[in-house]
Amino acid sequence: MNAPYEIPHEIARIERAFHCLRPGLEELQDEFASALLRFGFDEAATFAIRLAIEEAVVNAFRHGNKSDETKRVHFRSRISADRIDIDVTDEGAGFNPNAVPDPTREENLEIPSGRGVMLMKAYMTEVEYLAPGNHLRMSYVRPISR
Amino acid sequence: MPLSLLNIRRHDGYTRVEFVEKNILDEGNLHQIEQEIRTAIETEASPRVLICFKNVEHMSSAALGTLLALKDSIEKKSGELRLSDIDRRIYEMFVITKLNRLFSIHDSVEQAASSFTKK
Repeated sequence: MNAPYEIPHEIARIERAFHCLRPGLEELQDEFASALLRFGFDEAATFAIRLAIEEAVVNAFRHGNKSDETKRVHFRSRISADRIDIDVTDEGAGFNPNAVPDPTREENLEIPSGRGVMLMKAYMTEVEYLAPGNHLRMSYVRPISR
Repeated sequence: MPLSLLNIRRHDGYTRVEFVEKNILDEGNLHQIEQEIRTAIETEASPRVLICFKNVEHMSSAALGTLLALKDSIEKKSGELRLSDIDRRIYEMFVITKLNRLFSIHDSVEQAASSFTKK
């Protein structure tokens, strides 16, 4: 579905530094959804990016900052007509993303946690953790329309 | 006490749960949802629970975890859990995580209700 008006050529930047998760995350999600609509991203992209932002910021708070509200989660993003780049950084010690067990293995299927990183990787074009593992960088590239 | 996040109704032989909110994300809300469902079925020996996702637009991995915890509790009491009316984009999350193999997922409430084991 195309936006009913011309897609902007400029770049939008949305940045935040959070001490607590709610309602800041909902406000960020609403602002992001408005920007995605303005740049003509479709429902599938909006669903994917909303999910990835949710997982990234919640992980940064819960696992990175250990829910310590004296620490902050830093969110930076750059939105253009063809791609979205997002950086989420926490003030924790970092972690080794390769050490997270594969939640889709038969023996792990019933474990209630550990699916956030997998979902981000499934829905975004690129996802990487920068050393020491407290800086998530992810991007969504708009599929080329045929 | 906070406002209920669910509509919970007893039907013939099972408990049907529907969500009030269209986004099931917040961990505080998820904890409340889990407690409301547990309270609704705590006196049942073998609870049969049908969770209808009609109108739910967004979920998170935390919500998947809550569903797994509920499924575990229900099945420990020899009960049964059914899910229905899941939006196709949310269903994709179940497929990616392979949880579609673990949950009994149905297109409609009627199909889900008729799938409970006959007593």
